[in-house]
Amino acid sequence: MLESTKSIPAKDFVLSVEGLTVSFDGFKAVNDLSLYVEEQEIRVIIGPNGAGKTTVLDLICGRTKATEGSIKFKGKELTKLNEHQIVHAGVGRKFQNPSIYEDLTVFENLELSFPRGRNVWGALFFRRDKEVVDKVKEIADMIFLGDKLDTSADLLSHGQKQWLEIGMLLIQDPELLMLDEPVAGMSVSERKQTADLLHRITKDRSVLVIEHDMQFVADIADRVTVLHQGKVLSEGSMDRVQSDPKVVEVYLGH
Amino acid sequence: MFAEYSASELTSIFAMQGFAGLILFSVFVLMALGLAIIFGQMGVINMAHGEFMILGAYVTYIISNLFADYLPVIYDSYFFVAMIVAFFVTAALGAFVEWAMIRHLYRRPLDTLLATWGLSLILQQLYRSVFGAREVGVTLPDWLMGSYPVTDLVEVPVNGLFVMGLTIVITVGVALMMQKSRLGKQTRAVVQNRPMAAAVGINTEKVDRMTFALGCGIAGIAGSAFTMIGSTGPTSGQLYIVDTFLVVVFGGASSLLGTVASAFTISQAQSTMEFFLSGSMAKVLTLLFVVGILMLRPQGLFTLKVRH
Amino acid sequence: MNKFADFIARNQYSHMIILAVLLLVILPLSMDIFRLNLVGKYLTYAFVALGLVLCWGYGGILSLGQGVFFGLGGYCMAMFLKLEASSPENTAIQSTPGIPDFMDWNQLTELPWFWEPFHSFGFTLFAVIAVPAVFAFIIAVAMFKRRVGGVYFAIITQAVAAILTILIIGQQGYTGGVNGITDLRTLHGWDIRTDEAKYILYYINALLLFICLFVAAFVIKSKLGRLLVAMRESEERVRFSGYDVSGFKIFIFCLAAAISAIGGAMFTLQVGFMSPTFVGIVPSIEMVIFCALGGRLSILGAVYGTLLVNWAKTSFSESFPELWLFAMGALFIGVVMAFPNGLAGIYQRYIEPLLLKLSKKDDSPSAPTPAAKDASSDKADNNEETLTSEERKHA
Repeated sequence: MLESTKSIPAKDFVLSVEGLTVSFDGFKAVNDLSLYVEEQEIRVIIGPNGAGKTTVLDLICGRTKATEGSIKFKGKELTKLNEHQIVHAGVGRKFQNPSIYEDLTVFENLELSFPRGRNVWGALFFRRDKEVVDKVKEIADMIFLGDKLDTSADLLSHGQKQWLEIGMLLIQDPELLMLDEPVAGMSVSERKQTADLLHRITKDRSVLVIEHDMQFVADIADRVTVLHQGKVLSEGSMDRVQSDPKVVEVYLGH
Repeated sequence: MFAEYSASELTSIFAMQGFAGLILFSVFVLMALGLAIIFGQMGVINMAHGEFMILGAYVTYIISNLFADYLPVIYDSYFFVAMIVAFFVTAALGAFVEWAMIRHLYRRPLDTLLATWGLSLILQQLYRSVFGAREVGVTLPDWLMGSYPVTDLVEVPVNGLFVMGLTIVITVGVALMMQKSRLGKQTRAVVQNRPMAAAVGINTEKVDRMTFALGCGIAGIAGSAFTMIGSTGPTSGQLYIVDTFLVVVFGGASSLLGTVASAFTISQAQSTMEFFLSGSMAKVLTLLFVVGILMLRPQGLFTLKVRH
Repeated sequence: MNKFADFIARNQYSHMIILAVLLLVILPLSMDIFRLNLVGKYLTYAFVALGLVLCWGYGGILSLGQGVFFGLGGYCMAMFLKLEASSPENTAIQSTPGIPDFMDWNQLTELPWFWEPFHSFGFTLFAVIAVPAVFAFIIAVAMFKRRVGGVYFAIITQAVAAILTILIIGQQGYTGGVNGITDLRTLHGWDIRTDEAKYILYYINALLLFICLFVAAFVIKSKLGRLLVAMRESEERVRFSGYDVSGFKIFIFCLAAAISAIGGAMFTLQVGFMSPTFVGIVPSIEMVIFCALGGRLSILGAVYGTLLVNWAKTSFSESFPELWLFAMGALFIGVVMAFPNGLAGIYQRYIEPLLLKLSKKDDSPSAPTPAAKDASSDKADNNEETLTSEERKHA
């Protein structure tokens, strides 16, 4: 399971998680976990319910504070940073339930995510100039919402909301994109579009995805990490993981 | 500031002030218990809680007068009748308020705060119209009068002892009820997972109403006990509401043990300092201390770390 | 008539202009100076209500201690005026001439150090804004950096109001105690008690109020305003869009405090005293109802709400003093339960469509349709819901 670590020199890792542990009143949701993500890699995390998948993302993006261990992103220690500092460092996170501003239009949603005017004074004197408008339009086209810029976000379909949230991350141009079940609640055709989208947007960045839909996983994953009870159970290509007897036991044993 | 007192005097001062603090502690605990249930379990801020307490006090006052007029022979026992009546009267008012007002505002805690403040203004004026603006007091029965000398310098008033005993009994009773009784279990179930509780057949609306009524009823008992140690005016309740909220928040809203511990800390700090400083400075320092701690540890003294 | 309706409904500055005409022309012409001075006093509370629109309505931060900032601003001004009124000549009969009378009564023999800088009017003007803003900043940093919000914040601010009131009352020799700082006379030799001075102060007050209204409008329209709305809806999303949420909350709370303080200073100038009765819990919560009645999301509503409640209070307490608390209590309950968006909500829902209908007969096709307006006011209602579900999470 550690073959990748040996074959690739450490400097190529965008994200290296080492010995990560978090305990909630003694219950270790993530237990001594190590994980390495390379540049431009699409890594999918799978695992049964309660394996700690979402908690791992929470830890990386700073929503939950680690009890022990380190998370290094491009050589920067993330465990000591706040959420917004982690975003500034280049980590974007999409939540399991689409989390967008329902009261605002698609345009305003994307505009608020535009990485300028992020402090108080910047926000106070922020102007909607050509750069902002162009960038918002570019991203909107990319996420199939180019003709919906003035639509209020609460009127979008579930799948479109998911795309909008991905778009809100893209406009920040993060180097590591973390997606928690990006195709949940999508129709078959939307799934396909999303897979295409992911392939396109991962050109210049690494992606960490949590997903249950195995077809989708096979479609996008460069490598797969299987979590079980807060630990890495198996890691490697989809085929390799699927034939791992430990994985088979965990999934069928339940 | 200690220099002017001898060692034995200091011991006595601390003992006396400590005891005075214990009475304050009793009032805090009795008021905070109801508030902790309502706030901790339901997330509702009841700014009229002090007025519920005062309602209990007025009920006690009325009943003591009734006993004095019609049943002077058994006046000694009026208090127990009064306490029970006070409980049911305030609980009934609480249930009504929950039905008419609170249940429409469960998703808007800050608005509940404002609406119950409005309720408190109305109740205050109501008391003023009915009972007058002057404070009223009850005549204590003989067995509650006087004091019990511990040493030459330290005397312990009997009514204070009685209120403390009452506090302990009620606190234990409430704790047992929340742990063991059907209502207690249902309340906790509703707090933890409302849809699931409803799905397994708990009438969540009824549980909300009963919980709120229970919290108010306990405030009524607190009011009853309050008449033992002080007189009652229309705005007496308001004097305690901020302190009591601080007690609840300081203790960690969802923990009864925390509430008791924080009531003890705050009342003892205030009472001990009161002897050496002016009353207002003691209060300022106590409140500053509590606010300071809350700024450092906003979750209060006792809380569980939960996964979110 | 139709033209007028059209103007009100369509022109974005129309409401501001109407308020200006009312405050600057109609009221001064129709009232004697006693009544106008009363209006001026009420308008100083409108500063606090305006601050609450920003921090509570938009920022979702309910402070029950805004009286603290009003009071601090007022006390700063009062200290300057008191020092001027306590010149050695004026206070020659005291055992220590040259210090305020209440200090002399409390056996103080020299001016406390923190009174010294208030000899300077420049410093006083600075302190009126800076002292409350710094105080607000300390509270806000301590609370918002630790992500305390909602009801906890409300309780803490209430405790702060209680602490400050007790402190002011308890430290008589330094603060004037429960009576406050009274008997203020002149500002740089200009007698502020004359009718002429009262007119001038009324206009200065109104002018400052409009400046604050414009600042508030600017903030609300800026990206910061949109972020505040977004934060109420999903604080987490804002955080993961790379914003330091606490920074915005600290800013808006301090801004609200500073605006309240200007009101406090103008109160002192117009009414001639400052006392702890404006600092405590009760006045602080009353100021919340001014804002709630006007509409917690409407800056102009804050002004109207303040004027209306205070007008009602004055007329009630003249004729039925015992009924006032009932009315006030009912107002709290009624606004919260029936009209969470206050007068502004009622205006948007019922009056504005009516005006638009009236003006439609005049025919102007390019303007926004009533339906669109209606939708936006509905949205404000939804805001309310999401705002509160957020708060529930905090609790």
